Amino acid sequence: MKRSPLSLNRFGLPLLAALIVVTAVYSEMIAHPAYHDGKIHVIYWEKWTDFEGDAIRKTVEAFNRSQNRIHVDLLTVSGIENKTLLAIAGGDPPDVAGLYGPNVAQYADDNAIIPLDSYCKRYGLDRNHFIPVFWDMGHYHGHQYALPSTPATTALHYNMAMLRAAGITHPPQTIEELDADAAKITTRDANGNIQKVGFLPTEPGWWNWAWGYFFGGKLWNGKDKITATDPGNVRAYQWIQSYSKKYGPGNLQSFRSGLGTFSSPQNGFLDGKVAMELQGVWMYNFISRFAPQMEKPKRIWGVVPFPYPADRPDLANTSVADEDVLVIPRGAKHPNAAFAFIRFIESRKGSEMLCGLQRKFSPLRHVDPQFYATHPNPYIKLFVRLAYSKNVITPPKMGIWPEYSSALSNAIDEVTLMEKTPEQALEEVQQEMQPKLDEYLRRLHLRQKAMHEAQSLSAHGDNQ
Amino acid sequence: MKQSRRETRTALLFVLPWFIGFTAFMLYPVVASIYFSFCDYSVLHPPVFIGLANYRDLIHDAIFWQTVQNTIVYTLWALPISALVALSLALLLNTKVRGMAFYRTIFFIPSLVPMVALAILWQWIFNGQYGILNAFLQDLGIKGPNWLGDPAWSKTALVVLSAWGVGNAMVIYLAGLQDVPRQLYEAADLDGAGWWAKTLHVTLPMISPVILFNVIMGIIGTLQIFTVPYVISPQGAPARSIYFYAMYLFDNAFIYHKMGYACAMGWILFVVILILTLIALKFSERHVHYGGN
Repeated sequence: MKRSPLSLNRFGLPLLAALIVVTAVYSEMIAHPAYHDGKIHVIYWEKWTDFEGDAIRKTVEAFNRSQNRIHVDLLTVSGIENKTLLAIAGGDPPDVAGLYGPNVAQYADDNAIIPLDSYCKRYGLDRNHFIPVFWDMGHYHGHQYALPSTPATTALHYNMAMLRAAGITHPPQTIEELDADAAKITTRDANGNIQKVGFLPTEPGWWNWAWGYFFGGKLWNGKDKITATDPGNVRAYQWIQSYSKKYGPGNLQSFRSGLGTFSSPQNGFLDGKVAMELQGVWMYNFISRFAPQMEKPKRIWGVVPFPYPADRPDLANTSVADEDVLVIPRGAKHPNAAFAFIRFIESRKGSEMLCGLQRKFSPLRHVDPQFYATHPNPYIKLFVRLAYSKNVITPPKMGIWPEYSSALSNAIDEVTLMEKTPEQALEEVQQEMQPKLDEYLRRLHLRQKAMHEAQSLSAHGDNQ
Repeated sequence: MKQSRRETRTALLFVLPWFIGFTAFMLYPVVASIYFSFCDYSVLHPPVFIGLANYRDLIHDAIFWQTVQNTIVYTLWALPISALVALSLALLLNTKVRGMAFYRTIFFIPSLVPMVALAILWQWIFNGQYGILNAFLQDLGIKGPNWLGDPAWSKTALVVLSAWGVGNAMVIYLAGLQDVPRQLYEAADLDGAGWWAKTLHVTLPMISPVILFNVIMGIIGTLQIFTVPYVISPQGAPARSIYFYAMYLFDNAFIYHKMGYACAMGWILFVVILILTLIALKFSERHVHYGGN
């Protein structure tokens, strides 16, 4: 009998099969370990790394120590919104996920996260417990889908040394003053290349969608109509374009491309190349880390509310608020234990620990006075005050927000490059987005109908 | 008889793991994506059948057409330029010079650089303020543009960048060149043909199947360009000038939660690539010479 070239048949093949089975079983054991400590293990995915990651790790440890029923397993996950999406679709989501505030509407529309209303009621959490805007960001279509982990507001950060060098004694209050100050500070070399700027609407360019609100504009009617061409938005875009007209779009592009990455000492604001910037409460962390010369021997940076148009004093204290949120994905194995952990984060102790370690403020209404008295950020109270402002703005809670915001930042690109007039660019956004919203709402309706039918069918089946 | 059946069984057993993997991870998703392209499907809820609505919406989607246009413009430039660069390098590296193995290695190495590293590296090379490319141009007395910041130049920058990754195509051309029978060149020499005449009448016809292969692979690759522009700017900035088809497809699938819409885009791209490949094959009937015939 001829032997086959690889004599795997007698021993090899069973061995190979056994190996595959063992690998499969082992990987399943790693993915779903059995615990023998008698505790419920809550799996918590969070996006933070670095010192923000250390802050949540310490907070989780404090929770684990505080009781002996639940153990939270923290896992740092990058690209969390995509991975959570796929984990929910695959039917094996974490018990708690740390998403971004603007994700809430999209995930709620997709029925991917569960409403927390009954839990909030049971644990006595309501709007009064929080600074209202941070409760409201997780509220969608009458349900509470998310609660804040850490909040943020934004304000104008300025470099006092650069202002003084240009003969400016106090930071600007109105947009007109801001523009005038910016012009005084900006310098160019003999070839016209910009060396430093006072202010640029597109630097850092993280809230491009929000500029309309600073001029009294609105992005939609809250229901079914896009209002990209609102006069306030047009005015904002004209203001943005005025900087390109003043300095030349090419020069601005070159200057911006020469600024270093945000989280580095070459950051334009930390490097003394940009004198004033719209930034969030976290900016202090980067100043103390990468630009200690701005703190010592003398503090040369400051924060004021972002200026308002001189003819619209009612728009004073406009600030973009944002938050990271905690949600319970649909299909979570231990929603009750998950909420017990969320409740800890929303407690004074948990919130002050997490937000204090991240050097942010607390999203809660009532805070230990010591918390702010010992807070390292000298301007922390201003950020809290802005969170209570009547002009606080948050990303629109709409399912197509990722598309809409991308269209808006594209429009800002076109306006700053002087490719289109503000009116044209916004009209195009309007034409692009209104049909998308119509179609989105139509499909959402169909989807909910289908889901409703499936539910009533299965309920019918259960009854039989 | 019994022996051969045993062998067949063993062979099938060996093929089985691949077949299971292929069915579960390739065949099923491919077939399912046809169905999903006719559905409203976000991955998170069960698909709802909506007929041709996704395809109809795509026709009216201005961003879709913009990405189509960007992708076609890029392909029309990148494909011939990459092919030309790869072929020229292969011809040069096929000459008899001392230390050729060294040169071949040097020219192949760039294609080993991972795409993400490549994108970040070239972002600095193209930088408008401090970029090495503009510093070089300045020495020549040319004021370079802000390559990646100016919509008029950003696609050009990506075309230049694409020539960086021609190593693979180059090696395939080189293998083809080595296969050209010596005696044809000798015969051409006897007929008094020069270098150019030999290249045109001997080399190119003899490696035409390799050119065809590279062109088809090039069509497939360039139409799906994703990684480099996505790393440079996920939104295809400035002004969506480097927002390509595959990037919009990805955004629809994973950022906008419109998997059905993305599946429809995927199938349109598949059909377009299929048609272009068939055209290339048809065209090749007259111009490609296979050694066997």
